[in-house]
Amino acid sequence: MSSILSINQLTKSYQSGERNLTVLQDINFSIEKGDSCAIVGPSGSGKTTLLGLCAGLDAASAGEVILNDIKLNNLNEDERAQVRNQYVGFVFQNFQLIPTLTALENVMVPLELRGVKGAQKSSIELLERVGLGDRINHYPSQLSGGEQQRVSIARAFSNQPQILFADEPTGNLDEETSEKIEKLLFDLNKESGTTLVLVTHDMELAAKTDRIIRLKGGRLIEDEVPALS
Amino acid sequence: MDKKLKPEKAQYSESWLWKMAWRDSRKSRSRLFLFTSSIILGISALVAINSFRDSLFNEINNQAKSLLGADLVIESNKPIETQTLYYLDSLGSEWSRESAFASMIYFPRTDGTRLVQVRALEGKYPYYGAIETIPQEASGEFQMGKKALVDQTLMLQYDVEIGDEIRVGELSFEITGKLQQVPGQSGIGATVAPVVYIPYRYLEETGLVQRGSRINYNFYYKFQDPQRVDELVESQKERWETMGFDHETIEERKEDTGEAFGNLTNFLNLVAFVALLLGCVGVASAVHIYIKEKLGIVSVLRCLGVKGWQAFKIYLYQISVMGFIGSFIGAVIGSLLQGYLPELLKDFIPMAIDVSFSWTSVLEGLALGTIISVLFALVPLLSIRQVSPLRVIRESYNEFDFRQDKLIWAVSGLIFLFVFGFAWMQIRELDEAIFFTLGLLVAFAILVGISYLVMRGVRRYFPSHWSYVWRQGLANLYRPNNQTLILITSIGLGTALITTLYFVQDLLVDKVSISGSGDRPNMVLFDIQTDQKEDIAQLTIDYEMPVIQEVPIVTMRLVEAKGTTLQDLKADSTIDMPKWAFNREYRVTYRDHLIDSETLKEGKFYPNVESVGDSVFVSVSQGYAENLNLELGDEMIFNVQGALIKTYVGSFRDIDWNRVQTNFLVVFPKGVLEKAPQFHVLVTRTNNKELSARYQQAIVRSYPNISIIDLELILKTLDDILGKVAFVIRFMALFSIVTGLLVLIGSVIISKFQRVKESVLLRTLGAVKKQIFQITALEYLILGALASTAGVMLSLLGSWMLAIFTFEVAFVPTVLPMIVTFLVITLLTMIIGLSNSRGIVSKPPLQILRDTVN
Repeated sequence: MSSILSINQLTKSYQSGERNLTVLQDINFSIEKGDSCAIVGPSGSGKTTLLGLCAGLDAASAGEVILNDIKLNNLNEDERAQVRNQYVGFVFQNFQLIPTLTALENVMVPLELRGVKGAQKSSIELLERVGLGDRINHYPSQLSGGEQQRVSIARAFSNQPQILFADEPTGNLDEETSEKIEKLLFDLNKESGTTLVLVTHDMELAAKTDRIIRLKGGRLIEDEVPALS
Repeated sequence: MDKKLKPEKAQYSESWLWKMAWRDSRKSRSRLFLFTSSIILGISALVAINSFRDSLFNEINNQAKSLLGADLVIESNKPIETQTLYYLDSLGSEWSRESAFASMIYFPRTDGTRLVQVRALEGKYPYYGAIETIPQEASGEFQMGKKALVDQTLMLQYDVEIGDEIRVGELSFEITGKLQQVPGQSGIGATVAPVVYIPYRYLEETGLVQRGSRINYNFYYKFQDPQRVDELVESQKERWETMGFDHETIEERKEDTGEAFGNLTNFLNLVAFVALLLGCVGVASAVHIYIKEKLGIVSVLRCLGVKGWQAFKIYLYQISVMGFIGSFIGAVIGSLLQGYLPELLKDFIPMAIDVSFSWTSVLEGLALGTIISVLFALVPLLSIRQVSPLRVIRESYNEFDFRQDKLIWAVSGLIFLFVFGFAWMQIRELDEAIFFTLGLLVAFAILVGISYLVMRGVRRYFPSHWSYVWRQGLANLYRPNNQTLILITSIGLGTALITTLYFVQDLLVDKVSISGSGDRPNMVLFDIQTDQKEDIAQLTIDYEMPVIQEVPIVTMRLVEAKGTTLQDLKADSTIDMPKWAFNREYRVTYRDHLIDSETLKEGKFYPNVESVGDSVFVSVSQGYAENLNLELGDEMIFNVQGALIKTYVGSFRDIDWNRVQTNFLVVFPKGVLEKAPQFHVLVTRTNNKELSARYQQAIVRSYPNISIIDLELILKTLDDILGKVAFVIRFMALFSIVTGLLVLIGSVIISKFQRVKESVLLRTLGAVKKQIFQITALEYLILGALASTAGVMLSLLGSWMLAIFTFEVAFVPTVLPMIVTFLVITLLTMIIGLSNSRGIVSKPPLQILRDTVN
């Protein structure tokens, strides 16, 4: 198996006033295609920052991120946007649906952006797959939290990404809905053969992945294969 | 592994961006429309004025012949000698002549007197158009007998009817028709100098053609072949110039009228443009807030792979379309409104206007509105390019500092250039366009400065011990998403415009009133013949009025100055001396002292010439000397009715022209002009209106050749004219004010979305309705008060500058309009603010939160 994501000596620092604040330091790991992986750690450990760097949402201060053989460090923001559009899917804790678009339109965005023909048909199929076939023309504000997250998942899979990043995907949902969302996420992941990287506090969820990367104080302190998997 | 592999190009298309713009706008259309509504009025004003201008120019083209009334007019202010008359007769087979001059008239039945413009006409003038009268046939028949046509407003004012008598000089005429329209004369023209037509053949008998009478001799020609006019003008113009004749053809009248009304419409356009600019400030600020609310969506789109420029385009398309829709509505309203403009401007236009739809103006309005709304929205729009996808996972992610974006600076420069370019296009004078643009910039800068001062001042000196309501209301002035800047700028500018108009009108009327206040003269009698001098002085004393000045006047022409003659000027265009100095008739006095309106600036005032042969040193006004580049000791030769008199410049005088009395460019010493043919002017004053009327009647009855300028009449005329001008300007300023209000309403509604969470939180935490209401009222009360105060202050500054530098008078502002403006604008702001917040106060917090989320 080849690696879809390689992180080498990754460091991220911010200038906070006159102080240089290092939030991630010398992180190294790689993830194979089709694997699932959870990044865990206490608040402020750098989980979300790491996710942002891995997904090309931000640029590293030092080290490199190689996603699907593309070295993100060498790209500007617009080029990284193309990479995200073509290879990456996202699921966020607060869903991040566009409130002015219907469920269907939200799912269609990544496809339309790539100029894919038949975007509407495949998006409807995806929405049906997540159980929202009868809600395609509803706006996010007309959907419950769980439904919004399902739309978000459908959108994340719509461009058939190589890798899917999920930031606390069940953080805003009740237990019952969380379980349904988790199941949906893992099922779709398996069906499409996508690599899954998720950031979570929920150790039960993390345990469902192939691998757990533990962060603390901006450093990678443990890289383990959970017993359950 | 190829680590240098670049991603393949995305396949997105422009049509998708348009689709996204459309989809994203669905939930914001009413707000987007609100943004653009602020440019509707500006565009409608511009389209109305431009459409009207097109109709006006069409009408000028169609009616140019009737504006002049003839193919060619030759004018002179010198009496026409018989030889010259033969020459004038030889120029064309069909011609009319007219002598026009100012004179007193007297209505015996109603005992009314007034200074009017008498026109003694002979011939079939006008050849094109008509002298419009009631009854219609009067204009054709009045020359057949001792009959007169009298301006209809004058007849109304003096309660005179057709069939009544009018005394012009020593003759009485029967009024046979009411003058409604004289070729080429506007309503304003009739207010300044109402016209009375009499037959030419009775002119001599009126006794008004005497020494010193200022008469314009006009000869109107009609040619069968219009080509003949140009040939004639070409072959004769130099001769006419030598003879002191002016001439005018239909083409020239067309150009002059076009230019005059071009200036009027350009001025009105500038006022409309200010309204449009106000609207643009509204658009810019509204888009700024709109985009702030869209940052979340933009960051999601960026996360999904949309590039910075693509995200920018989505919102650019939205704003462009809304700008276009706003402009379209504005253009429709403007096209409808132009029908009202002829009525509004009827006093300024010498003809009836048939308005017609103007495609050019509508297209111009559409283009201008769209461009201007995009241009002003660009600054906030460009910031979209810099939105980071990281905001999706970290809302607190620092925003990009727009000051680092060179494009934003470039767009700001472009806005400045656009404003300047438009002003230049309208004014067509570089200096004035620069002045206008800089003036606007300074006004904006002052208002922006005041806004920042207020925000910083309140924050720094925050009264932390004041009550909660006051603290909240004050804190809203500087909190994030405050409206201090936009409201103070837009409402302040509108207030400044309207208040300045009041001040300037007051200033002009005051200027004339002051000139005759106190013990200063307020009545001037002119054209007094030498043999009437004693009697008039006695009559004045009999009426218990003082003879303040009694001035002899000798008419003359300048033949040579500093060795230069008119011929030299014609031969050498590099000589820096104006031709008018030689063409005009000088009215000169002689005396041995300076009067109280004069100050000696340089040289020595020579009171007398002791003996014949001594050098004659004259005193000239400083302004006149500067125009002619005269220096002390320079030679000036005058032609005093045939006799050449050599003089030298002895002194320069500064003259206060703002008084109702005689002032002279050139003053001779005593001992030179005493024997020259002359007439006299007498200056007096009275505060008693009844006495003034009786005195004028007595003068006109006994000495009909004498004309009287009465300050009361000047004031009344000025008031009439300013009233008409002010109405037009106020109508235009209304666009600015209403635009300002729309911007205000827009800002307040937008702010509702920002304030709602805060208000709901306050209510959730236990604040009662009354407190929320008071906080809101206080915020808008302070904003309204600040905006109107800033506007009034700005107008004080502008009016003061106009008073000092343009009108050269002291500026004493009237307090009442300031107070009224302050109160009205402040209350209006508060009422709009409160009415908009009503929903927040009256609904339960949960419902509002749900409504807002949805």
